[in-house]
Amino acid sequence: MPTLFLFGASEGGLFDFDATLPLMAVQVVLLTFILNALFFKPVGKVVEEREDYVNTSRAEAKKKIAEVERLETELKDQLKEARLEAQKVILEAEQDSENLYKEALALATSEANASREKARREIDSQRDEALNQLKGEADNLGDLIIERLLAKK
Amino acid sequence: MGFLPFVFPFAELEVGQHLYWQIGNLRIHGQVFMTSWLLIGALLALVVIGTKKMERDPKGVQNLLEFLWDYIRDLARTQIGEKVYRDWMPFIGTLFLFIFVSNWGGALVPWKLIELPSGELGAPTADINTTVALALLVSLSYFYAGLSNKGLRYFEYYVHPTPIMLPFKIVEDFTKPLSLSFRLFGNILADELVVAVLVFLVPLVLPVPVMFLGLFTSAIQALIFATLAAYYIGEAVEEHH
Repeated sequence: MPTLFLFGASEGGLFDFDATLPLMAVQVVLLTFILNALFFKPVGKVVEEREDYVNTSRAEAKKKIAEVERLETELKDQLKEARLEAQKVILEAEQDSENLYKEALALATSEANASREKARREIDSQRDEALNQLKGEADNLGDLIIERLLAKK
Repeated sequence: MGFLPFVFPFAELEVGQHLYWQIGNLRIHGQVFMTSWLLIGALLALVVIGTKKMERDPKGVQNLLEFLWDYIRDLARTQIGEKVYRDWMPFIGTLFLFIFVSNWGGALVPWKLIELPSGELGAPTADINTTVALALLVSLSYFYAGLSNKGLRYFEYYVHPTPIMLPFKIVEDFTKPLSLSFRLFGNILADELVVAVLVFLVPLVLPVPVMFLGLFTSAIQALIFATLAAYYIGEAVEEHH
């Protein structure tokens, strides 16, 4: 092994190259393989598995959030439809009740009119009858008065 | 004794001294390997404890490991790019973790309590052999990354955007490992020396802020080394249009 003597000593020195160099290189290469097997591979596996797990979990969560949002909008739409429906039903019911009221009113009015008419007609006929009767009686009385006056003479 | 004998003739600074181990006809710096094995052992123990029972809801050490993993992934991804960062993440991460535990281990563990027959224990990254080894590994990997990703088209990089760049790019291939290794080596060694000298001169209070500064530098150096390594690899695999 060539030895450099840079600092004057006959043996040793700071720049004393010898078989330490290649042996150290071999040692470091061996250490690389050992650390690869004991450290880099297993730890890398665990870290990457966790990264995968986190990524898939996040993707799943995002999917779920999207699903929830979709359902929410769907429900909101349904709610809106139901509200419109209810309003329509209320409007219809109001109209129905109004119609019924109007019908009933019209019926009642016409009935009242009819009975009034009937009553009036009855009154008329009875009055006519009474008038005729009175007229007949007046005639009779006139006749009687005339007869009596004539008889006195 | 050291390289500062005339400045601090009474200092017990053992700079440039090594504990040599003889393996066949190879000589290695024993203190570097002793500390690096201890620190690598601590790192591996932490990793083993943290990955023993991993759950989707992280607890305790798993949190720390996942934080480190995330940090290294971000570093690799921003520098290398989305396409190939996975291939290089272990290498960048190992560089970062190894340099980080070496720097902090060198600064935090009271190695001085252990007496060696020669040299002293300290940060493995304060030895030029370690930093050059790491820097050469980076060089090899960015060549490999470029060639394996783009084949021979990798060499278009040398004449991009104009052929005038060719000599500069070739020089860059040498300056990259040089600057990488010397930056780390210089910073960590300087930190150790400053702390040692201050402790020697003023043993109380004064070295503490410098030690904190040293911890900060150590962390920054680990980050710089890893970031530059990732940047070089990213530069090599980048598609020019």
